[in-house]
Amino acid sequence: MTALETRPSAPARLEPPLTDEVPGTDPVRETGREELILQPSGRWPTFGFGELWKARTLVRFLAWREIKIRYAQSILGAGWAILQPVLAMTIFTVIFGRLARMPSQGIPYPVFVLAALVPWTYFSSALVGAGNSLVGNPELVTKVYFPRLALPLAPIIAGLLDFCIASLLLTAVMIGYRIMPGPQIVLLLPSFLLLLVTLIGTGCWLSALNIQFRDVKHVTPFLVQLWLYASPVVYPVSLIPAARQPLYGINPLVSAIGGLRAALLGVEGPLPLTWLVSSVVASCILVSGILYFRRTERVFADVA
Amino acid sequence: MNQPVISVEDLGKRYRIGAAVQRHERIGEAIAHAVKSPLRNLRSLRHSAGADERDMVWALKNVSFQVNQGEVLGVVGRNGAGKSTLLKILSRITEPSAGRAIMRGSVGSLLEVGTGFHPELSGRDNVYLNGAILGMDKAYIDRTFDEIIDFASIGQFIDTPVKRYSSGMKVRLAFAVAAHLQPEVLIIDEVLAVGDIGFQRKCLGKMQSVAGSGRTVLFVSHNMGAVKSLCQRCVLLEGGTLVMDGPADEVVDAYIERYEQTLRERRPVIPGDHDLGEGYELHRTDGGGETLLRCGDPLRFEFEVASPVPLAQASTGITLCTPSNEPIISMSSKVQNVASSPGPASRWRVECDLGAVPLNAGTYVARVYVGDGVRDVARFSNAFVVQVIEHDVFGWGNKLPPVRSWGAVYWAPRWSIRPSDGDDPSP
Repeated sequence: MTALETRPSAPARLEPPLTDEVPGTDPVRETGREELILQPSGRWPTFGFGELWKARTLVRFLAWREIKIRYAQSILGAGWAILQPVLAMTIFTVIFGRLARMPSQGIPYPVFVLAALVPWTYFSSALVGAGNSLVGNPELVTKVYFPRLALPLAPIIAGLLDFCIASLLLTAVMIGYRIMPGPQIVLLLPSFLLLLVTLIGTGCWLSALNIQFRDVKHVTPFLVQLWLYASPVVYPVSLIPAARQPLYGINPLVSAIGGLRAALLGVEGPLPLTWLVSSVVASCILVSGILYFRRTERVFADVA
Repeated sequence: MNQPVISVEDLGKRYRIGAAVQRHERIGEAIAHAVKSPLRNLRSLRHSAGADERDMVWALKNVSFQVNQGEVLGVVGRNGAGKSTLLKILSRITEPSAGRAIMRGSVGSLLEVGTGFHPELSGRDNVYLNGAILGMDKAYIDRTFDEIIDFASIGQFIDTPVKRYSSGMKVRLAFAVAAHLQPEVLIIDEVLAVGDIGFQRKCLGKMQSVAGSGRTVLFVSHNMGAVKSLCQRCVLLEGGTLVMDGPADEVVDAYIERYEQTLRERRPVIPGDHDLGEGYELHRTDGGGETLLRCGDPLRFEFEVASPVPLAQASTGITLCTPSNEPIISMSSKVQNVASSPGPASRWRVECDLGAVPLNAGTYVARVYVGDGVRDVARFSNAFVVQVIEHDVFGWGNKLPPVRSWGAVYWAPRWSIRPSDGDDPSP
């Protein structure tokens, strides 16, 4: 069949037979043949969670790649996960704590601001990472197929490591200031969940928009900065009049970050109605974000 | 199970092309256009499906074919014929705009080797990452890891960051991972065009063992030799439609014929190199594009050189190189003491007839030098690309090896081989 087999015998001695160099190839198994139909898709997308679950190994590897790359050839390595919130805490303590005399619900300002900075740092860096996940990996979008949701999810999962390290720092600072969480600690998990839901939803929106409209790249830094000041990071939730709070809760981070702070430091948290508004908004962002992502992912390879 | 593994039915893909770029004579116009353009961009980006039919181009249209279990199908065609689009649809990277394709069985595609490789990560990390991206699970990678490393001949560098690898090592490692992908349907695009000759041969061997193991393979390549030796059947795409479907030998021959025909229609212009020959132009009078010939076919270069200043006389040199720029044959009118017809002129017509060339199958590039009789004044790198495909040059039904593992040229010496037992050793 091939030229290699019909080669004259004398020169063949110069080159060892090919089969010796080639590792064994298992014969194809006939069982479990799946049928896949590729055709123009309909108007309404599905969530595609089943496929994403099957690709969980890949999601894990992509997250692990993010972590490895972030600290490759850096001296401090994971120390940055501690240094970043510490530096931000110092700056905010000087500006808002000392100069602006921002009320901090009776808690020393450094602890007060750090309790919000730790989740905020995670949120903002994971959001930026997710937003760039498609644009930053064009070869993954145009050269190979896998559930595309894996891409924005990877930096969100990878960021959890930094978040955990920073949480240890927060714990140490709280012990140093002898601050113990009160019964409001039950808010910890729901608040974090709210943060995650908002993060995944916004990450899907940003990444899908970014690959189609490169304007998003220019908007993202402003969005992040705006969001920092629209959320109770440097100031307490209680600074907003109670009547306005549910409106304020349209920003889901109000309840997420305000809730986390209340859970850890035992201070006053968002009102129940604020919580409700935030949860509804966050759920909407998540569902719409995933659906928008799924609906537009068919053109990712064409516009990347 | 006698159903075809791949059924492609009336498959089509259309792309939106940007509206023709408007030129602005005045600054005012340009500003007005810039102000309006965000709105227009938004409108045109909104929906490719809803966009104007004039802005659409069909990269693939009404393509239908079937591939059966264990078949190795070659896909050939010129650049822009829709080969890559077809592969991208079948690998689920992009969605068809019309028709459908049914794939039965797990599909793995290699449109590029080393997708997702990261320079900061070690070879080991990249093997796992790349394997996962190609759809392997961790247990499988664990099991085949040693084989992969062995195949790539990376040895002790496996824990070194890939950025310190030579490009050859990188490609070997990437291909080694890809070669261990074992889906039921394998889609391959041009991956043989990598690495040194020894490694290319190894890859071809691997491909043959994949093809022989009952796997269904879809193979796109510009390497006609590889297509002929790997595939039994071949489809030819032209302008997005399927124009031929048949035995590989016939389709490849038809492709070469059609290809040569269309080559004569174009006249590309190649600018001189920046460091030598700024302002000079080489006009290909042979139509441009790749020069395609079979081993032992005559080769001829013809072109016109336009110089910015009139030259009193002209000399030319041509160096035929491997794709990695190692010279194989150099020719020079000056060294042969062949004078040009007298000038002065700023346009010179050059014809260089090599006769039958003993090149082995492979890709070659030609560099052209132009001199004014005293020194070189211009150089045109990559002026010609010559694609030589295997052929039965000795006329007994054999083909030369499809890769240049024997060297760049073949030779037909006069042999004398006889028993020497009875010979008298002369004193």
